[in-house]
Amino acid sequence: MASQEILREEPSRGSFVNDPKVRSLFFQALVVVLLVAGVWWIAQNVIANLTRLHIASGFGFLKGRAGFDISERAIAYSSDSTYGRAILVGLINTIIVAVVGIITATIIGFIVGIGRLSQNWLIRKICTVYVEVFRNIPPLLVIFFWYSGVLAVLPPPRDSINLPFSSFLNQRGFYFPRAVWGDGSWLIFVALLVGIAMAWFVARKARQRQMATGQQFPVFWTSTALIVGLPLLAYALSGFPLSFDYPKQSTFNLTGGFQVSPEFLSLYLALSCYTAAFIAEIVRAGIRGVSKGQTEAAAALGLRSGSILRLVVVPQAMRIVIPPLTSQYLNLTKNSSLAIAIGYPDLTATAGTVLNQTGQAVEGVLIMMAVYLALSLVTSAVMNVVNARMALVER
Amino acid sequence: MQFVNGRQRVGYDAGFRKWAGTGTAFTREKIGLCLKTEKGLWVMKHIAIGILGAATLGVMASAASASTLDDVKAKGFIQCGVSTGLAGFSAPDDKGDWQGIDADFCRAVAAAVFGDGSKVKFTPLSAKERFTALQSGEIDILSRNTTWTINRDTALGLNFIGVTYYDGQGFMINAKKLPGVNSALQLSGAAVCVQSGTTTELNLADYFKSNKMEYNPVVFEKLEEVNAAYDAGRCDVYTTDQSGLYGIRLTLAAPADHVVLPEIISKEPLGPAVRQGDDQWYHIVKWTYFALLQAEELGITKANVEEMKTSENPEIKRVLGQEADTKIGTDLGVSNDWVVNIVKAVGNYGELFERNVGSGSPLKIARGINALWTKGGLQYAPPIR
Repeated sequence: MASQEILREEPSRGSFVNDPKVRSLFFQALVVVLLVAGVWWIAQNVIANLTRLHIASGFGFLKGRAGFDISERAIAYSSDSTYGRAILVGLINTIIVAVVGIITATIIGFIVGIGRLSQNWLIRKICTVYVEVFRNIPPLLVIFFWYSGVLAVLPPPRDSINLPFSSFLNQRGFYFPRAVWGDGSWLIFVALLVGIAMAWFVARKARQRQMATGQQFPVFWTSTALIVGLPLLAYALSGFPLSFDYPKQSTFNLTGGFQVSPEFLSLYLALSCYTAAFIAEIVRAGIRGVSKGQTEAAAALGLRSGSILRLVVVPQAMRIVIPPLTSQYLNLTKNSSLAIAIGYPDLTATAGTVLNQTGQAVEGVLIMMAVYLALSLVTSAVMNVVNARMALVER
Repeated sequence: MQFVNGRQRVGYDAGFRKWAGTGTAFTREKIGLCLKTEKGLWVMKHIAIGILGAATLGVMASAASASTLDDVKAKGFIQCGVSTGLAGFSAPDDKGDWQGIDADFCRAVAAAVFGDGSKVKFTPLSAKERFTALQSGEIDILSRNTTWTINRDTALGLNFIGVTYYDGQGFMINAKKLPGVNSALQLSGAAVCVQSGTTTELNLADYFKSNKMEYNPVVFEKLEEVNAAYDAGRCDVYTTDQSGLYGIRLTLAAPADHVVLPEIISKEPLGPAVRQGDDQWYHIVKWTYFALLQAEELGITKANVEEMKTSENPEIKRVLGQEADTKIGTDLGVSNDWVVNIVKAVGNYGELFERNVGSGSPLKIARGINALWTKGGLQYAPPIR
C-alpha cells in the first residue's frame, strides 16, 4: 500500500530535525532541564535571601527542644521532646482522625446511599435531606456546628451527664472507663486472633461446600461464636485479668479513665458527616450504574432482595464506586487540617507552632506539604490495590 | 463560633464567608468540580502567609534590599502589623479605627516619617503569622504586644527596638466556679487555655514542669478563639500577659466573676520589631520610641507642643528641632520637626499609656515599672542630641 511505503521511507529521507522521535526526545529533555533549573534557581534564591535576612535555615531545628506541650498525644511527648517529635505527634493525630473518620464516613455513606434508593418513602426522604444538608455546607461550618453548637453547650465537669457503663459527657469531652490489662491478658488477644483465623477458615470451607454441593452453612453465627466465644473463654481461663480505671471527679476535671476531647470529637464527627454525604451520592450512583437487567435476572433466579443487593448489585457497583471514593478519602484527610480552627493538635497545628517558635517558615511549610503529599499517595496506593482486585477480570 | 470582638470578628467572618461561598455551588452534575474546590482552603488561608513568605523570599530577590524608608515613602503609608484584637494594645473601636499602645506607636512612626499620624495601614496578625509577615516584607513594623527574646533577635531575622510595655505572664480564673483557688500553685490538673506560637505557651510549660504540676493545654491560634473557649468553660484557667488578662476580662460575659491570680511567672518585655539589615529604618523606629519618652520627661504634651517650640530651654529646643542649623532629624532620615509631629499625633509616652491602658481607659492599669526612670520606673531614653 502506498501509505505504508511512504512511512517506511521517511526515516531515511527526512532530515534529523524532522524526525518526530528525535524531536519528542529533545522537547522532553528540554522540559526536564528547564524544570530542574527552575527549582534550582528558586532554591538558590531562597537560601541566598534567608542568609541575607539573617534567618536561620536548614532542618537542624528539628533536633531542638520544643518547649511547648501538646494535649493529645498517642506517643510519649513532653515539653522536653524535640521539635521533630512534636511534628510527629501532630502527624499521628492527623492519621488517627483521618482513619477513624474514613471508616465512619464510609459506613454512614453506604447506609445513606442505599437508603436513598429505598422503597420506603420516609427512609428515602431522610437520606435525601441528610445528603443535601451536609453536602451543601462548608466543612468548617460543620466543625463549628459540632464544636460550638453541640459540645460547648454541654454541662461543666461538675454536672457531667452520666451515661451507661460509668461514662460521662461534659463540655471537656467524653470520658469512659479505660481497660487495664493485668497479667496473662495476652491470652485473650491470642484467642481473639485464633478466633478470627478460624472464622475465616470456616467461611472459606462453607463457600467451597456451597460451590460443590449447594448446601449452605450458618457462617455468620459460627464466626460470631468463634470471635466472641474464644476470647471470653481465654478471659475465664487466665483468671479474669481485666480491670477498669473509672473516671472520677477531681478539683478541676474528671480524671482517670479514657478521655476523648471535644476538639477531636467535633472534628471527627464533622468530617465523617460531611464526607459521608458525598460517599452516599457516589454509592447511589454506583448502584444506579448497575443495569436493571442484572437485578431482574437475579430475581428471576429466585434470589431475595437482600441477596440480590449483596451478591449481584454491590460487587458490580464497587467497580464504579471505588475510584471516586479514593478522592473522598483524600479530601477527608486534607480537610482534617481544618482542625486548626478548633485547636485539635493535628499536623498543621503542631508544625505551625514549630514554624512560629523557630521562625523557619520555608522548612515548616515544606515539611507540611511533603507529609500531606505522602499521606495522600499512600491512601491512593492502597485504594488502587483495592480497585485492581475489584476490577472486572476479563478472560 | 461566637463573635466576641465586634468588628475584627466581623471582618474575619466576612472573609471566611467569601471562600466558604465557593463550597456552596454544589449541583449533582458538579461533584467532580467540587472535589477540586474543596481542597483544604482553610489551610491555604492559614499558611498563605508562610507560602507568601517563601515566595517573596524566593522570587523578589531585590525587594528588601531597597531601604524600607524609601519603600514606605513611595507607597505613602506604613504597613503596621498588629494583633487581631487585644484591648489597650491594638483593637478596633466601634468605628473600626485601631486603638491601643501598639497601634498608636505605628501612628507615631508615621508622624515622624510623613508628618501625618494617619498614614498607617494595619494588618491584623495571629501570633503564629506575625514573624513571617515581617520577614517577608508584608509589614514594615511589627507592633503587636510581642515579647523580646534572644532567639527572636538572632535566629528570626528581627530587631526589637525597645520595650514599650514591661509585662509579665499571669493566670486568670473564674472565681465563682473555683472559689478555693487563690494561687497559681493550686492549679495542678487544670485545663489551661493559651494562644499557640507565643512565649506564653513556652512559659506555661516551664512553670508547670518546674512546680511538678500537671495541666491540660487547650491551644488555639486566634485570641478570639481562646477568649470564646475560656468564656464557654472549655478550660479552667486563662494564661497570657497580665495586661492582656485585664483587657480580656472586660470582653467576657461576666467580668466581675473572674480574678487574675497574683503570680507573675515570667518577664514579658513587649516591644515593636523591624527586619534585620536595614539600620536606617531600625533607627527611625527606635528613636520614635525614645522621642515619646523624652517628650514625657521634658513635659512636652499634645496640648502644649506648639508653645513649647518657643521655649528657651536648650534641651527642649533641640528635641523639637528648633535649634539653628539642626541636623538631628535629617541625619535620621526624617524632617527636623519630627518630635513635634510625633507628639502632635499621639502625645508623649505618658499620654499614650494613660489613654490606652491607664487611668483614661477601662483597663485602669497603674504605671508601675512602666513609669519613667525619674519616677522609679524602667522607661529610660538616651539623650536626643
